[in-house]
Amino acid sequence: MRLICVLIIGLFISTSAFAVEIEYWQYSYKTRLDAMDKLIAQFEVENPDIKVVHTNFPYAQYRTKVAASVAAGEGPDVVQLYYGWLGDYLSANLLQPLSYTEFPHQTIEDDFFAMVANMKVGDDYYALPTAVRSLGLFWNKKIFREAGLDPNKPPQTLDELVSLAKKLTKRDRAGNIVSVGLTMGPINQDHNWWREVLVRQFGGTPYNQNTTKVTYDDEAGLKAFEYYADFVTKHNASVVDFMDKGEIAFKAGRAAMHIDGSFVLSTFARARRLEWGVTELPTHNGIKANFSSYWVNGITSKASGEKKAAAEKFLKFITQADAMQLWLDEVGELPARKAVAGKEANFNHPEFGAFIRGLEYAHTTNFYSEAAQRKTVVDMLDRIVLLDMDVKQSLNIAAKEDQQIIDKAIKE
Amino acid sequence: MSRTVEQKRALWAWLFLALPLVYFILVRFYPTLDAFSISLTEWNIVGEKTYVGLDNFIALYNDPVFWIVLGNTFEYLALGVPISLFLSFMVAYYLDQIRFGHGFLRACYFMPFLTTAVAMAWVWRWFYQPVPIGIINMTLGQLGILQLDFLRSTTQALPAVLVPAIWAGLGFQIVIFMAGIRAIPQTYYEAAKIDGAGPWQILKEITLPQLRPTITFLVVMSSIGFLRIFDQVYNMTQEGEGGPLNATRPLVLYIYKAAFDDFEMGMAAAQTVVLFTILMIITVIQLRLLRK
Repeated sequence: MRLICVLIIGLFISTSAFAVEIEYWQYSYKTRLDAMDKLIAQFEVENPDIKVVHTNFPYAQYRTKVAASVAAGEGPDVVQLYYGWLGDYLSANLLQPLSYTEFPHQTIEDDFFAMVANMKVGDDYYALPTAVRSLGLFWNKKIFREAGLDPNKPPQTLDELVSLAKKLTKRDRAGNIVSVGLTMGPINQDHNWWREVLVRQFGGTPYNQNTTKVTYDDEAGLKAFEYYADFVTKHNASVVDFMDKGEIAFKAGRAAMHIDGSFVLSTFARARRLEWGVTELPTHNGIKANFSSYWVNGITSKASGEKKAAAEKFLKFITQADAMQLWLDEVGELPARKAVAGKEANFNHPEFGAFIRGLEYAHTTNFYSEAAQRKTVVDMLDRIVLLDMDVKQSLNIAAKEDQQIIDKAIKE
Repeated sequence: MSRTVEQKRALWAWLFLALPLVYFILVRFYPTLDAFSISLTEWNIVGEKTYVGLDNFIALYNDPVFWIVLGNTFEYLALGVPISLFLSFMVAYYLDQIRFGHGFLRACYFMPFLTTAVAMAWVWRWFYQPVPIGIINMTLGQLGILQLDFLRSTTQALPAVLVPAIWAGLGFQIVIFMAGIRAIPQTYYEAAKIDGAGPWQILKEITLPQLRPTITFLVVMSSIGFLRIFDQVYNMTQEGEGGPLNATRPLVLYIYKAAFDDFEMGMAAAQTVVLFTILMIITVIQLRLLRK
């Protein structure tokens, strides 16, 4: 009887103690969910009057669910979204601007990496990242050693990348490639490597200042794409989508080099018998470039009153320095604040370090439709590899398709 | 007023039928009709719909990819229906003639029909890989034959995707064919034998004409199936794009992309209306032709 009394009282206290309940949504990804659960637990200890309900959905349904529920006045108060979706979210009125007083612009601009400027539309910031990602070059030390090369000397320049890739490609007696020198996956991260890194390194820019015009259909863009396509068509050092996906080939020890984002670190770390290292992307003509993408957290338009205040507190909490360090340690995604990223232990970390150093010269693409724009690059390579089309002609088609996507999005 | 037993029975029947009926009206018929009105609007799933008249259909007409996609869809149909019907008839015809291991063989053929399309598609996706992992190309390599590109070819990809789709539907078609063959009265065959007809003549004059309703049913069902092909393409091509260069992209995948990648619900609905029209026309034509 006493036990029941205690239980009832306990129940009463536990429900009444939370004055406000807010909902946080992100897509399902094991390490991210665990890290967020830890952050929420810490937050609730510091703010016993706020309860955060953590909800997640598979990536495939995530966008649709958020859009449908916020429009209906349900769903999250704080929501995670891909930086490239901000335009869509704003035109659907899903987000509200961050308040000047709680998130002073000067502090954001001083403390965060420059790419966060993409989250400012008009005079307002709409979202802030906990973590950012960039690209790095992974290399398989065992394959280097077997080829008689120094396993601790990955390529530093694009020219070295080509000569190493050629040396490290393995073929069977019939001449079929059984292990590639460099993976080629335009549908994975290569389209970003080409657009924001190679184009710039060959002296061009992918788009104009406010991303209204395609500018890669020039000499620089042509050279950049030639450089990329040559790995298959000229050097015979790669197979497009080898073993279905570069990440799989590299993990299976069937690729000497592989370009991918910081988010694959945990996958490779778990692979047994795989000896690998990761370094900054190769330079060209002394030009360094990298691509960065990130997920941000914003406050939805449905949050108001005390829920809005709680949401602001929570957003502040998950974008502060300590949260970023936890996110780096747990998820392997890079801190979005310069101070955290610049910490000696992070900056020179054997795995994260290459990516963090890459952030300093990274560019983000202001995508209008990531999937559609990615497809223009995929098709550009396929026309050259499968249909023997001239690189220039294929580049022109891709630029035209990309421009159409941009024009259509701007018109809306 | 007392009800008769029949009345009571009918009442109960209606009661039980009411639930599925409500379901069909709400989840099937209403959205179907709604799709027609959505196809005349521009709508990003949230926010207001704007009426745009026939703009979506005009845009489709001017979209070169739409015509490629439509072509692909008909290629799936034109290859899939005859090949699958021919194969399933052959299997059923010969399976009907054996007694030993009959049940086991039939189960083997039926198994793929019960397997999820997604799992099967992924297994086949790996079959088709180049060396060193694709089993087909590894076998070819050992026989000293050059490896084939399969899914990485603009010409071979569509048939390559079609193979598991045909294989998956085969079991169902075989069972229906066998039921049809069994239903033909034995007396016809006995009479034909007495008249001295050969096996080819028996097949042509008795078995096939008697199977007409079965064939009609299977042609209509498999046509609808191949026109709606999706799972195999979505799971066998890179990121479900229906590549390379749209070579395998069918209409249903195009609809899916418009709706859930681009959130262009109006455009997706317009494409759905086109698919609906094609399905209806083809089904009506087939029923007319085969009923005669």
